Amino acid sequence: MSRAATSEKFAENARRALADTALQGALGFVETNFPARRRAVVEALPEFDALRDSARDIKAHTLAHLDLYLEAYEARVRASGGQVHFAPTAADANRIVLDICRAAGARTVTKGKSMVSEEIGVNEHLAAHGIVPVETDLGEYIIQIRDELPSHIIMPAVHLDRRQIADDFRRVHVGLPADRDLGTAAALLTEARTTLREKFLAADVGITGANFLIAETGSSVIVTNEGNGDLTATLPRVHIVLASIEKLVPTLDDMAQLLRVLARSATAQEMSVYTTIFTGPRRPDDPDGPEQYHVVIVDNGRSAMLAGEFRDMLRCIRCGACMNHCPVYHAVGGHAYGFVYPGPMGAVLTPSLLGVERAGSLPDASTFCGRCEAVCPVRIPLPRLMRFWRDRAFSRGLGSTVSRAGLAAWGVLAKRPWLYRAVTGAVMRLLARLGRSRGRFSTLPLAGGFTATRDLAAPQGATFQAQWRRRAAGDPAAAHRPAPAAKATALRTVPSGNPHGRASEPTVAEPVRAEPETRP
Amino acid sequence: MVLPKRVGLLVTCLVDLIRPSVGFAAVRLLEEAGCTVDVPSQTCCGQPAFNAGDRSTARRIAEQVIVAFEPFDYVVVPSGSCAGQVRLHYPELFQGDPAWQPRADAVAAKTFELTQFLVDVCGVDAVAARCDATVTYHDSCSSLRELGVRDQPRALLARVDGLTLAESVDTDVCCGFGGTFCVKYPEISDRMVGKKAAAVTASGAGMLLAADLGCLINIAGKLLRDGAPVEVRHVAEVLAGDLDTPPLGAPSPSTREKATP
Repeated sequence: MSRAATSEKFAENARRALADTALQGALGFVETNFPARRRAVVEALPEFDALRDSARDIKAHTLAHLDLYLEAYEARVRASGGQVHFAPTAADANRIVLDICRAAGARTVTKGKSMVSEEIGVNEHLAAHGIVPVETDLGEYIIQIRDELPSHIIMPAVHLDRRQIADDFRRVHVGLPADRDLGTAAALLTEARTTLREKFLAADVGITGANFLIAETGSSVIVTNEGNGDLTATLPRVHIVLASIEKLVPTLDDMAQLLRVLARSATAQEMSVYTTIFTGPRRPDDPDGPEQYHVVIVDNGRSAMLAGEFRDMLRCIRCGACMNHCPVYHAVGGHAYGFVYPGPMGAVLTPSLLGVERAGSLPDASTFCGRCEAVCPVRIPLPRLMRFWRDRAFSRGLGSTVSRAGLAAWGVLAKRPWLYRAVTGAVMRLLARLGRSRGRFSTLPLAGGFTATRDLAAPQGATFQAQWRRRAAGDPAAAHRPAPAAKATALRTVPSGNPHGRASEPTVAEPVRAEPETRP
Repeated sequence: MVLPKRVGLLVTCLVDLIRPSVGFAAVRLLEEAGCTVDVPSQTCCGQPAFNAGDRSTARRIAEQVIVAFEPFDYVVVPSGSCAGQVRLHYPELFQGDPAWQPRADAVAAKTFELTQFLVDVCGVDAVAARCDATVTYHDSCSSLRELGVRDQPRALLARVDGLTLAESVDTDVCCGFGGTFCVKYPEISDRMVGKKAAAVTASGAGMLLAADLGCLINIAGKLLRDGAPVEVRHVAEVLAGDLDTPPLGAPSPSTREKATP
């Protein structure tokens, strides 16, 4: 496998994913489990939608005053003995992390789960400079030993089944008895824990992400279910927090509000198992903790989003509900998106990181069904933001020539009603005649993708507008207009008034006379 | 005496071109609800251009629609998707335009999906139709999430003599039509509609209804290809008592007679 970005090959990736039966089984688990479980936990909390409003408002307020909160946060971190580093780009962030590791004389680094670290590729950067990064979240550990990108933002290895993971463990954990039983999740977990325990104890530096940065206290907060984040942060001599600028919230109370929607939206839990608040390095009377506490605040394109039409995306708290509810994600999985952020949130975020030229297919491959927006805990208008990317792609002349030409031809007609009526009227009459015997087409030029697996219903014949005008012009065959009834209380037995009913069927494909054209 | 509501029917391009019988069923329902109905010259609501990122074409088409429908008390649409385009996205399209935004807002505010209009605006609580069938109802994404329409079509169907509603699972999940999506990403669309067709079949219903012809063409296409014994119709046809028109994708009766020696 490879961690290279392949977003420009979305369609190809998607086709491969659709044919991958093991992957489809794993995706079926997401599709059937997560929406139902989220619904149950949300229904148990009547104020959930009000909490979503509140969560949206907290994030929107913070973003509107982000400069102030960043300054306040930085001052509090320094006051607690920690250091803050601002990284305008991914390269800056990687350099800062490497410098801290080198200054600490680090040989191995343990890592808690962090999507921004995936985004900037810090593991590759450290490894290239002789420092060994070890992922300690089970899912992240699995994809690290497989050299893969995460396929989901909270369940990085959700695309795999137990047997595949067991094979990987046998390949990587050399020195253990070859005939050991790895047939259960518990056995896999025990082996991972045993292996990782040594890494935790050996690590010189621990890197965690942050679900929230708290401006009033200078704290960073992580929520986990495995406890690995705590061991990563407290055992090594140096703790580095990697967080993007939009993780800030003003107060601990704000964080508490957001926690209530986060876990429910992500894993249908009321609370994650561990919620840990880190404030500065170890103080003299603390029983444990790191000697150094660094926060690397990553911009990597977010300031530009803050200033433009994608600002709403910066409210995202990385719960994954959008992908858990996305029928396109359910069909193709996360790797098809070709970067670390899949699903609807990835379709909005990835083009801002890779460019719409490379990642334009992601926001394009949506039906705009809106299920993502309907479950988003911070009410990000994901379809609208995807449409903004389509606007940009269109204005830059991106996309397939065929679809652009088709749209342009349709646009010419739709802007000229008289021409539209003439052309569509003729085409529909032709199609109705061709399709009359079967009522449908099994193959049709320009609709080959559709008709490869579906039939296309044939049109009935003359267009509605043509028939309506005939009716208005007094054509007796079309002129039956039932009088406005005084509400329907009697059983209706009169003919429907529809010229397509049985009585007039033979004339379907042949209008009695040409419709009068009124040109503008 | 209360003046009848003057309704402009935005028939939608798909109904206009593919299945005009839905338009006539809508007219009939509106007239029986005490409205006068007219059909101003129209092409499309512009949604394909809007969703493709071609805002300039979308605006030009939207301007045509606004001009054509301004004179009416209400704009009624036998499609949640096109109604959503006018009601939600026209104001977005003209946002900040001093000349057009007020006009777009005004038309948007009086635009309704057909079943929404019949129930919420006209207060229709009875329909004089009969349909001896078990039906299942597909909520289009736009009806459900853009317009909040879910109960209205079911309330009307509950008044149809002989009709039994058997709900499918996952009625809030997209069928995979998505306008040009089904042509641009046909394999993904097919996987989605395959699941939807399976849910429809599993409901045990002999008839599938919805208020959006795009979804119906897509799901009917899959059911037909699979040979599933489910008739597919627009909900307006059943509510207007028009079961004589062949369901989507079925041959016309005259041809059937010819084909059977």
